[in-house]
Amino acid sequence: MTIEASTAKPARDMRDRARVNAYELTDVRRYFTKNRQTIRALDGVDLTIARGEFLAIQGPTGQGKSTLLSILGGLDHPTAGRILFEGRDLATLHEVELAELRATAFGFAFQTFNLIPTLTAQENVEAALVPFHTPSDQGRQRAKEALDTLGLGDRITHFPSELSGGEQQRVAIARALVKGPKVLLADEPTGNLDEQMRDEIVGVLEGLWRDRGLTLVVVTHDSTVARRAQRIAVIAGGRVRSPEGHDTALKRL
Amino acid sequence: MVALGIAIGIGLVLTVSATASGVKTAQGDVLHALYGIGTDITVTKTVTPGTGGPQQFGGFPSGSTQISRETLRPAPGQSTMPSSDVSKVASLPGTAVATGGLVLTDTSLSGTIPSFTPGTRPSTTVPSGSGPSFSISSFSVDGVQISTSGVGPLGPAQMTVGRYFTSAENTTHVAIVSSSYATQNSLKVGSTVTVAGTALSVIGIAQVASGAADVYIPLGTAQNLSGLGDNVTTIFVSATSATKVSALASEIQKALPGTTVSTSADLAQEVTGSLSSVSKLATSFGTWLAVAALVVAFLIAGLLMMAAVSRRVQEFGTLKAIGWRTRRVVEQVMAEGLALGIVGGVIGILLGIAASAIISAIAPSLSATFGPSYATGGRAGFGGGFGGGFGRALAGSRTVLVHLTAPLPGGMVGIAVALAIAGGLVAGAFGSWRAARLRPAAALRRVE
Repeated sequence: MTIEASTAKPARDMRDRARVNAYELTDVRRYFTKNRQTIRALDGVDLTIARGEFLAIQGPTGQGKSTLLSILGGLDHPTAGRILFEGRDLATLHEVELAELRATAFGFAFQTFNLIPTLTAQENVEAALVPFHTPSDQGRQRAKEALDTLGLGDRITHFPSELSGGEQQRVAIARALVKGPKVLLADEPTGNLDEQMRDEIVGVLEGLWRDRGLTLVVVTHDSTVARRAQRIAVIAGGRVRSPEGHDTALKRL
Repeated sequence: MVALGIAIGIGLVLTVSATASGVKTAQGDVLHALYGIGTDITVTKTVTPGTGGPQQFGGFPSGSTQISRETLRPAPGQSTMPSSDVSKVASLPGTAVATGGLVLTDTSLSGTIPSFTPGTRPSTTVPSGSGPSFSISSFSVDGVQISTSGVGPLGPAQMTVGRYFTSAENTTHVAIVSSSYATQNSLKVGSTVTVAGTALSVIGIAQVASGAADVYIPLGTAQNLSGLGDNVTTIFVSATSATKVSALASEIQKALPGTTVSTSADLAQEVTGSLSSVSKLATSFGTWLAVAALVVAFLIAGLLMMAAVSRRVQEFGTLKAIGWRTRRVVEQVMAEGLALGIVGGVIGILLGIAASAIISAIAPSLSATFGPSYATGGRAGFGGGFGGGFGRALAGSRTVLVHLTAPLPGGMVGIAVALAIAGGLVAGAFGSWRAARLRPAAALRRVE
């Protein structure tokens, strides 16, 4: 098993922030059984992600990128292996503990935005505060501030269907950020957007990463997005490859 | 769809309940018609077989002749009791009120009849065509003991036009007619009605149950006109308590041997015909149908709720992904199920009200037939004077037509609300079961 990573874009001083790793994955496997066949979505992944790092995960379709992101975010349990997040092994945590981590430490942005269609932008963001039992007036205020930060202060009462794709993704990012997570996990966040909106969303993510010291992990097909990351982990055949820099890593794809 | 499933179930339950309630009301109408308002027990006496003998309209002259006869007699097969029996019953412990009555039939025969030897039973076939012919008409007459107690075939509360009898009118020539008889014969207060060949002045019109008597006259007048003397055919008894009815019936039977003592419960069991069929249908099959419909509706609602949750797999997966615990997601689904149940309940209640109104509007009349032991209702109709055997044969049954309505019992609306909530919770439970098993990773499932 090889772990490949490169530091090609030292956008800020990593030496202090990477002193402690956010994630340490050791021989992580995730197998699914479908029609009596075993699908090895992850087949021995070893990967370390530093605190405050911006990592892009790339690879061909169906090679385990989203499965890896699910496991990093405590959305799924591995079949085998160890996933240390700040010293806690996610593989051994109970669902209730994982739910608590998802509520407090992890923020998600999805390709399809995953907003609740019957709720307004503000209510969608407030939904992330439900696990905290935040009083409704405080919840509304915090949701409004998060939307303001993402430039949507004037769209808080709009429903998802009344927003553009870029705006919907910004609402989803506001929902991820309103609780102050340590890690932001984005699954093809620009997959449903045109080039202009893609650049806008990547700019938003990069800005948040830089300003808030988040660990940012982005699964993407888009090389333009991947080039903005500090490091690219290429996943193929259920394993992480490519120790080279961006250019070498991208050529392998 | 979930709400609609619950609505149909609730609507069906309400419809069946309303129909059952309507049938019960119809039965009550029938029993009142036979029994009298406020009556718990009736006492009658039937003619002992073999002692009745042929009954005739009187000595017909021999040879073919024009005749016109009117008689006022008790119902065929029914005998009389002395009025003192009423006092005996009234003095029994457990009796609140006892009144006597004469249940009679006024039968008119007119036309030409062939000669025959008196005592020989004539043909029961009414001749037609150019040969000997006659016409028969009859109406029912109740002799009413004047009382304000309301126990008996007619009470003051039933008067719609005019007035009830006064205590001074026990032997006077006055009559009260039923509203249907008044309409048929264009009678009003002040009109005259002829009973047993005697003209009586109509002093009031009463609203009585369908199948009840046509004309009501004071008991004394009835005794005089029928020639029955100080006798009654029926004793109407009201018990001091509903729980004492059965015991009182036994006491009366002991005090008046040879009489037929019947309670309203006995009578209800004797009801046959379409009313009885509908009653049985409504109470047994209808109940099971409603229960089955409700169970099926709840199951369908539950499955639809599961399907709805499955369609929203990404939504619930997302809620789990952003940190909602499974319990909180389940609460959300249950709350949605409850809301849908309430919406379904409201729609179902409206459906039930609509169905009840439709049934009341289009339901046909139902017939109820009573057995021979309840001679209070065994009005002669056609029979009367053509010989005891024939008369008794007709006395075997009486049919009453009642219009079926389907009033929605007030309590059922409350039950419907409870059922709707239960249905919503069942649907929510199905949906929650599905939602609880969703993996948060479902949020990552991409929509193509």
